[in-house]
Amino acid sequence: MSINLTLFGQAISLFIFVWFCMKYVWPPIINALHEREKRIADGLAAADAGQDKLVEADQRLVELVDEGKQKANEIIVQAQKRGDEILEEAKHTAREEGERLIEAAHAEIERERTQARDQLRQEVATLALAGAERILMREVDKNAHDKILAGIGADL
Amino acid sequence: MAANTPGDYIRHHLQNLTYGRHPDGSWGFAHSAGEAADMGFMAVHVDTLFWSVLLGGLFLWLFRRVAVSISVDEPGRLQSCIEVIVEMVDNSVKETFHGTNPLIAPLALTLFVWVFLMNFMDLIPVDFIPHASYLLGIEYMKVVPTTDVNATFGLAFSVFFLMIYYSIKVKGVGGFFGELAFHPFGKALLPVNLVLELVSLFAKPLSLSLRLFGNLFAGELIFILIAALLPFWAQWTLSVPWAIFHILVITLQAYIFMMLTIVYLSMSHETH
Repeated sequence: MSINLTLFGQAISLFIFVWFCMKYVWPPIINALHEREKRIADGLAAADAGQDKLVEADQRLVELVDEGKQKANEIIVQAQKRGDEILEEAKHTAREEGERLIEAAHAEIERERTQARDQLRQEVATLALAGAERILMREVDKNAHDKILAGIGADL
Repeated sequence: MAANTPGDYIRHHLQNLTYGRHPDGSWGFAHSAGEAADMGFMAVHVDTLFWSVLLGGLFLWLFRRVAVSISVDEPGRLQSCIEVIVEMVDNSVKETFHGTNPLIAPLALTLFVWVFLMNFMDLIPVDFIPHASYLLGIEYMKVVPTTDVNATFGLAFSVFFLMIYYSIKVKGVGGFFGELAFHPFGKALLPVNLVLELVSLFAKPLSLSLRLFGNLFAGELIFILIAALLPFWAQWTLSVPWAIFHILVITLQAYIFMMLTIVYLSMSHETH
């Protein structure tokens, strides 16, 4: 076990190896490790933030749904109201139209009745005149009686 | 390979491939343990340096490859594996070292992976590489650098150098000296303090390196003993359980080396 120059050879080798390691080996590896640690930490933080956002979004969702429901209700109520109004209006119009039609029909009926009566009167007068004529053919002066008959006809 | 007796076999396996200055002044490889011992301090264990540099290069090549193509979003299997190691080291550093020093974490990573890889060579059957290199004409080959006390001392004294450097840098020369001189007993017993603190200071690199060396040397020795003393068809009965147990030892020793380095350096950054 003799001590000799090998000792210095070994020491020099160690210093060169350590220098190389410190310059070219250690920094890239440890930086990558730190970088990965940072990324993992960031990722976890982002996941937490995402969780928070999700909760927030859930709340917002509930709010929006509530709001939407309320709005829908309002719209339905409004629509019902408007529908009732339209129905009411339609009923009103229909009633008026009906009344108008009935009135017109009445007027028509009245007119036709008057016409029929006039015609009937005319015919009765003509018939009566014809009957009277036959009865009184000779005794009656046609000219003299025509006046009377016309007067009767007008009276009828 | 001179493996006539078990004793020769074991001695041969414990001998490093040594290049150095012969007593006559010429440089060359040692061809026996005696020649290597005669070289004294002016020698280099070529096998230790070769394998440690190769394994260190393997570590840096592999980690650099991952670092270049690193992906934050789609880590591959290799990248995940590397990331686990880096994260483990990073956490250990963060738990123990509370200052800001960009050197500590890469140093800890380098020490952990490098020491682990050097220890790992222990799990390769003891004769595979030495015998192959013997066939190539290389006489000695010790493949586990951490069973060479030079290697572990080299690491530990580099750490020790950094401890002193940062102590002085953070606390100043006076602060560092004050810590050594005025500590457990106050100013009146300065010499006693100095002795105690210096002993504990130097005990740190010694224990750091000898712990690693001792564990790995003992482990390697047991593999060699099993290979030397048992017939080839029975070796697995002992070497397999020992290797399985050794998986734990090599990882633990690498981890302890890294942790103690972090602790020592964190101590030199903190003022009492």
